[in-house]
Amino acid sequence: MTPVASRVAGWLRDRVGLSGLEHVVQTKTVPVHRHSAWYYFGGMTLFFFTIQVTTGILLMLYYKPSVQEAHESIQFIMTQVSFGWLIRSIHSWSANLMVATAFIHLFSVLLMKAYRPPRELTWMSGFVLLVLVLGFGFSGYLLPWNKLAYFATRVGTDIAGSVPVVGGFLLRFLRGGDHVSGSTLSRFYGWHVAILPAITTFLIVLHLVLVQRHGMSIPPSEERHGVPVRRMRFVPDFLLRDVFGWILALGVLAALAALFPWELGEKADPFAPAPPDIRPEWYFMAMFQALRLIPGGSLFGLENETYLILGFGAVGLLAFLLPLIDRRVVREGRSPLVTLAGVFGLAFLVGFTAIGYRAWWPVWATLLIAAGGWMAGRMAVSRQEGNS
Amino acid sequence: MTSRRGFLERFVQLTFGALGAVVVYPVLRFLSPPHVAEDRSARVLAAKVADLSRDGWKIFPFGSEPGILVEVAPGEYRAFSATCTHLECTVQMEKASHRIWCACHNGYYDLEGRNVAGPPPRPLTRFTVHVEGEDIYVSRA
Ligand code: FES
Repeated sequence: MTPVASRVAGWLRDRVGLSGLEHVVQTKTVPVHRHSAWYYFGGMTLFFFTIQVTTGILLMLYYKPSVQEAHESIQFIMTQVSFGWLIRSIHSWSANLMVATAFIHLFSVLLMKAYRPPRELTWMSGFVLLVLVLGFGFSGYLLPWNKLAYFATRVGTDIAGSVPVVGGFLLRFLRGGDHVSGSTLSRFYGWHVAILPAITTFLIVLHLVLVQRHGMSIPPSEERHGVPVRRMRFVPDFLLRDVFGWILALGVLAALAALFPWELGEKADPFAPAPPDIRPEWYFMAMFQALRLIPGGSLFGLENETYLILGFGAVGLLAFLLPLIDRRVVREGRSPLVTLAGVFGLAFLVGFTAIGYRAWWPVWATLLIAAGGWMAGRMAVSRQEGNS
Repeated sequence: MTSRRGFLERFVQLTFGALGAVVVYPVLRFLSPPHVAEDRSARVLAAKVADLSRDGWKIFPFGSEPGILVEVAPGEYRAFSATCTHLECTVQMEKASHRIWCACHNGYYDLEGRNVAGPPPRPLTRFTVHVEGEDIYVSRA
């Protein structure tokens, strides 16, 4: 460091006193083993989140959340504002990539059993964060006020409305009235740019503090080897790899946004019939498809689909409470039942998404990626063993 | 000759510099709002004769800016930009003193639009008035 820089650093150190952070920088390490690649997805999700915050604030400068102007203001952003099309496209694409990396992060943590004590709260805050990310997706989808979004919101809020007892309240609470209207738009805007970001920021800070406090979890399968795992310094070794991944992600994002600018669609018309290609965003597709497969009718006074919706809720609750439920992983370091449930959940999501799109390529793509990851892990391990 | 390490350091610096630039440039451009074609219509229907007979003056929209229409003598009208030349407040008529008054910093203009008291540095822009029957039209001079 130059003398000036070190004096500035010293001045700041005396006043801010970030000794905790310095301690982390100096001592934090990351375990190196064949599953290490999965450690990158949390940071990747965070990277996409910062992109969402930045581009989201930029879009707020021109967006107008009203039925009369929402669609037009986005049209204005896309056609008149310099680089407006790019900023909006990046916001949309990055949102989708963030959902994807958040899901990958969740399932890798689940399968590597990183929710074991003392990391229960880390898991729980992470699970809520995933729900919040989906909430961002759902509330943001309506903001362009186009046909698809309008009907997707009607369907989505209607699902919330079919929950027994509290459904009626939920529906009116979400819609800001009985129908999807301008009030819904203002409400979703409020959620999207103020309420959700506030809760999310708080939970991210909690999540990260907990991760620092406990360090990276080593999967039980690695711990069973008995030998102490190799470790890599977080700063700079792991962080540089992180940054490399982020630059790569930024490249992919820019390419997607430039080559496939996010479409605006036609302005919503509450008095027009639903378009034939109506469907939710891909990350709600599995649920949407499952609901479509339920035959109509009712059982014990509740409509059939209500059972499914309640079932999803129950699964979500179980997942949230998983670290408190799964005692076996504490006693024996393994819990095949949870692994099975995790794999089943993953298969359900991928499979039903594929059925929903009448396309099996997501399944093949997932299998290919999984196979590729497994092979890469194998190779990394054999190289490591060759080295030692 | 630079060492290999020096070269790599330079290379990484340049990469991050370029990356920063391609991020910052679009953002800066995005922040500067595009020019929206303003309604530069040369002629607007500012008022009806009957509107003015009550108060003797009226603020009317001229494009996206306010204009002020004053009846200086029976049947004789004048129109000015109603934007104060000091700090852009909207002026009004002070009937008692026969002057145009800006409430923000107590600026005064006479009925020719000249800045006669207070802080305004320049006269008000004057518009042309045409009376066609009951309709009073204003156009840019
Ligand atoms: S703005 Fe009119 S006097 Fe200051």
